Amino acid sequence: MNSSLLLSAATFIYALASVFYIGSFSFKKQAFARLGFWVIVIGLVANTCGILLRWLESYQMGYGHAPFSNMYESLVFFSWTAAALYVFVEFKYKESIIGVFVSPLIFLGIAYASFDPSITSKITPLIPALKSNWLIAHVITCFLGYAGFALAFGFSFMYFIKPKDAGTKSLFAKLPEWDVIDELTYQMIVFGFLFLTIGIITGSVWANSAWGKYWSWDPKETWSLITWFIYAIFLHLRLMRGWHGKKLAIVSIIGFLGVLFTYFGVNFFLSGLHSYA
Amino acid sequence: MFFASVKLTVYTLVLLALTSIIGTVLLQNGSPEAYIRLYGPGLYNMIQVLHLDRMYQAWWFLLLMVVLCVNIVVCSIDRLSATWKIIFPKNISVNPRRFEKVKNRQQFECHLPMDRFAQQAKQILAGRAGKVMEKTDETGLFLYAEKGRWSRLGVYVVHASVLMLLTGALIGSALGFKANLRLDEGQTADTVFNAYTRLPIKLPFTVRCNDFQVKFYDTGAPDEFKSSLTILENNQEIFTEDILVNHPLRYKGINIFQASYGATTPDEAVFEITDNETGTVETHTIKNADAVPLPSGAGNFIFEGFLPHYNFNGHNLGEAFIGRLDTTNGNNVQIVLPTRFPTFDKMRKGRFTVEVKSWDHAYYTGLQVTKDPGVPFVYTGFLLMIIGCWVTFFVSHQSVCIGLEQAGSGNTRVWVAGRANRNAQSTNLTVKKLVKELKDVSGK
Repeated sequence: MNSSLLLSAATFIYALASVFYIGSFSFKKQAFARLGFWVIVIGLVANTCGILLRWLESYQMGYGHAPFSNMYESLVFFSWTAAALYVFVEFKYKESIIGVFVSPLIFLGIAYASFDPSITSKITPLIPALKSNWLIAHVITCFLGYAGFALAFGFSFMYFIKPKDAGTKSLFAKLPEWDVIDELTYQMIVFGFLFLTIGIITGSVWANSAWGKYWSWDPKETWSLITWFIYAIFLHLRLMRGWHGKKLAIVSIIGFLGVLFTYFGVNFFLSGLHSYA
Repeated sequence: MFFASVKLTVYTLVLLALTSIIGTVLLQNGSPEAYIRLYGPGLYNMIQVLHLDRMYQAWWFLLLMVVLCVNIVVCSIDRLSATWKIIFPKNISVNPRRFEKVKNRQQFECHLPMDRFAQQAKQILAGRAGKVMEKTDETGLFLYAEKGRWSRLGVYVVHASVLMLLTGALIGSALGFKANLRLDEGQTADTVFNAYTRLPIKLPFTVRCNDFQVKFYDTGAPDEFKSSLTILENNQEIFTEDILVNHPLRYKGINIFQASYGATTPDEAVFEITDNETGTVETHTIKNADAVPLPSGAGNFIFEGFLPHYNFNGHNLGEAFIGRLDTTNGNNVQIVLPTRFPTFDKMRKGRFTVEVKSWDHAYYTGLQVTKDPGVPFVYTGFLLMIIGCWVTFFVSHQSVCIGLEQAGSGNTRVWVAGRANRNAQSTNLTVKKLVKELKDVSGK
């Protein structure tokens, strides 16, 4: 048993969960969604064990670092945080069908890590810049933020498929009430915003001790700030201007595009200090 | 008033987000040649006019920040007086009417008489929701408790933190600097050069690099690089410290960071010189800048220098030694000897072929020297922002009211309801838990 095996297992378990959720949505069978939930829980367990085992393996190889050092490890951790947060939310709100757009996101993160040939799953030693206690705090907070935004994105998406008059005949009638979706999206964004804020701050304090500047307008920094601005706009529109519903869902989706660009786009299209992940 | 509107906030944030993108796709802090090569002279003119080459320091970008700050200050002053009255009211009045149409309101009847039940309810309420206040009127008794009134200040803390951050940034850019310093092993310096303006900056002390070490992993990737630095004042050694990436040295408000390293000219190297006419092979250990006679008195070979990155027809061939063949027949050529290609000099097809056999690696350490008196302000801002966000989003001003009414045959009719300025979910939960506990004590 090694970590890559466990993590590929997690990938397929998440895929199965997505199938159940989407099936539940398409065939209006609540039972499928209940099943999907437990499959996600199993996937989360496999994912957790995979990450811990990889951590252990890096010690056995003599490198000894937390598995947060490259694109592969970050994607695996992204799926983990999104799955963990989702399990918590479904457990708390008891709305199972909301997983229909979230479970594919969880699957896509870890699947991308496994299937893109340019992303290596090899455990590599830590470069000097990453050797710091800030690594764990920075990565965990940033990814909790990303997970919150990913879930908010999944929930916002429902505005575009749920018909206004949710008649019982409608295919999508099973989706939750508007105010529940609205509240859930807001809660996820608030959660994401707090953690993105802490993530940027820990990164900034770290940069000050590694590079001598807490802020140097590096593309990764700038894009994380742009994302922070977008969600700050979301919060002001909702709390101070009374925006809600579809209009606000668009802002949430734009915010998530910002997250995606900060996460992937910056590394693919722009060059900078933050080139590891 | 213009500056008191949230619309302005939203527009400013949108503009900040959009314009910030420019600096991530357009080269920043480049040289004019670089811009002309990349974008052509026409676009370069525009870049210059709009200061897009240093856009995050450009007047219009700073203006956007100033607008945001003024907006924050005006909005805060505008609203704070109203919030203040809510946070510190002269007297808190219990108004059960406010709870009549609340969604989470629950009602039930219990078998205890009202005064006995009220005693129990007070304790439970105090445990869950704060100090209990009572009110009686013709319909019955009301128990009221609230907490988190102060949390309404959270949002002001967040906004103050933004101002604090920008103040710190302003102080840093006015009084601080960022400079680079390259020191060979054994070398000292008391002047550094500003990373942007290239102007010299005199340090209040002298720094000496005693030693530089780099360790590699088996994979060849750098594991750790370390400089041993000594700080001197008036030729007195003050202290010696090793610095690594992520472990800077801080002294007198100045920070010294391990940023990079590179190979520098070795003190001496072993060269092998072959005379292709006679077949003579001679090996010499030559000190930097020294010369040795060539075989059969044909002239001299001089060890002239060292290049960390030798560029050969657009290819980086890595470290290379530079030598000079000064022959008696008047030929004087400079030759380059890349260490990765020992037979490189044969390609020249000259009478003498030179090869570098061995040398002691010498390094320079690349240090970044910074001073930023704004950092304490920025860090205070960071702390305030985290605390403020937490309070704003996760602590709410929550009030709960229990209404008790005498029903027939010694029973009490009870309702419970809660309100909050945000985070309704947690209030609903509080109400649910209260109802459960109340039912438990009434033995139902």
